[in-house]
Amino acid sequence: MSVNTESRVDLRVIADLIRPGSRVLDVGSGDGELLDLLAREKQVDGRGLEISQRGVNECVARGLSVIQGDADRDLSYYPDKGFDYVVLSQTLQATRNPKEVLNELLRIGDRAIVSFPNFGHWRVRCSLMFKGRMPVTKDLPYSWYDTPNIHFCTIRDFVALCAEVGATVESAQALDANGTKIGLSMPWWFWNFFGQQAIFLLRR
Amino acid sequence: MEQSKVRSARDEANSPTSKLVQFGADKPLKLGSGSLLSPFQIAYQTEGELNADRSNAILICHALTGDQHVANVHPVTGKSGWWEMLVGPGRPIDTNRFFVICSNVIGGCMGSSGPATIDPATGKAYGLNFPVITIGDMVKAQAMLVDHLGIDQLFAVVGGSMGGMQVLEWAHSFSDRVRLAIPIATGARHTAQNIAFNEVGRQAVMADPDWCGGDYIEQGRHPAKGLAVARMGAHITYLSEAALHRKFGRNLQDRNEITFGFDADFQIESYLRHQGFTFVDRFDANSYLYLTRAMDYFDLAAEHNGRLADAFRGTKTRFCLVSFTSDWLFPTEESRMIVHALNAAGASVSFVEIESDKGHDAFLLDEPEMHAAVHGFVNAAARQMGIGE
Repeated sequence: MSVNTESRVDLRVIADLIRPGSRVLDVGSGDGELLDLLAREKQVDGRGLEISQRGVNECVARGLSVIQGDADRDLSYYPDKGFDYVVLSQTLQATRNPKEVLNELLRIGDRAIVSFPNFGHWRVRCSLMFKGRMPVTKDLPYSWYDTPNIHFCTIRDFVALCAEVGATVESAQALDANGTKIGLSMPWWFWNFFGQQAIFLLRR
Repeated sequence: MEQSKVRSARDEANSPTSKLVQFGADKPLKLGSGSLLSPFQIAYQTEGELNADRSNAILICHALTGDQHVANVHPVTGKSGWWEMLVGPGRPIDTNRFFVICSNVIGGCMGSSGPATIDPATGKAYGLNFPVITIGDMVKAQAMLVDHLGIDQLFAVVGGSMGGMQVLEWAHSFSDRVRLAIPIATGARHTAQNIAFNEVGRQAVMADPDWCGGDYIEQGRHPAKGLAVARMGAHITYLSEAALHRKFGRNLQDRNEITFGFDADFQIESYLRHQGFTFVDRFDANSYLYLTRAMDYFDLAAEHNGRLADAFRGTKTRFCLVSFTSDWLFPTEESRMIVHALNAAGASVSFVEIESDKGHDAFLLDEPEMHAAVHGFVNAAARQMGIGE
């Protein structure tokens, strides 16, 4: 389900947000890289939800507990507060109903961790402004007509959505094109312009 | 020729060439129906060696028309084991590493007590005097076998279809005795459609005059036609439209034109007739009634007020479910329902839906994705639990 396989520097940042020994649900677990990292370094009790058969098989072969399913459809079957953290990395933009998915993450997890590519990044803006074309970059490699990314947002859009669903932002980080964290002291507009992806820790 | 094979199948039913454990009057099997089965016997096969700390045992549960001959040559048909692709040396369930047990279910006809068994009280075959059994009864009997073998905890219980039902029942009734549960192409209940197909099969058996009200063994008859029709009907449900079309299409059998008669003009007809008539040589008609009934009665949620999640509450067992896209007998939704219940119960669960056009039968066939998933799941757990290569 994780559609952006190029830059997974966000996984390191996500792992650092997670308390050792906690219960984690990774929504869009891909080939299991994050769950594997968390199991090895943080001794978490991890579970995954992944849409692709290949991804699920790779996870199962690694000994991870992953089920085949769809974030838009299958999150409703998880009980309230069944996990300490629910992670949605690089997947929000590929869901049909991001608002409902975000609500579900906050219902299932004590905390939700969401990472997503920032459509407000300057390269994206430049592509639209100067070329007049939907951006195709190293990190967003799809053309508009075949992209699984159907609901792009900017960092500011996401902050607004968090307010709308009543989520409290416990921490937020933006990574630039090199995967380097952007200084905390920088204002939102700066993050929204230079952040290539963002990682939010939320609770309700 | 056919007669001698039938006798051979009946011989297997009473004095099997498999290993045999007999439970006397001191160890009756308390059945779900409330009655007792005693004495009774279980025929089983094993492969591989039990390790010193008895931690490497894997129980394979067979499907409706399967038996204990999972990885060895079948004594009646001479065919190789029904799950040799999955179970054997170097296979995903590696018998160089694991001690594999597979027993004929209670109610079956390959040596465990069933309707073809001679009732010691009368000296005659049980026939319909055999008590109706449930999936739960099959599993209780298997648990007694596992006790007999001196094994407290099974490393894994694996099975497809009716075997998958037994896996779920194991995880439900003996949760602390099962580390890994691998239910494949199965459901936590039989659906109305499945019951309907089974009923058609049973009616076909009972409509055969040679069935003799279930007393055919004592009367020296054999309801081969009825059982063959039951098998033909059921066999269709194990395949898929796509697979049938791919294999047979509208191809004619040994002829260039249709004959305007009721011969097997089409290859599919010929194929089904063959399936039917080879089946009756190795299977007991009454067993077919009992085992289909056991499947019909299976409904894990029923004893938990319809809440399947409660059947698995607090379980430590790790689950890996597998379904196939073209299986319309146990469609993916049935597996997904179990997965959702296990999630709700907080259980550790993996679930793989495999793309295949081979229908329900896919679980018995060469499906590398299934084998990879089972291998990965078993292997990772064995590594974590320190069971050697």
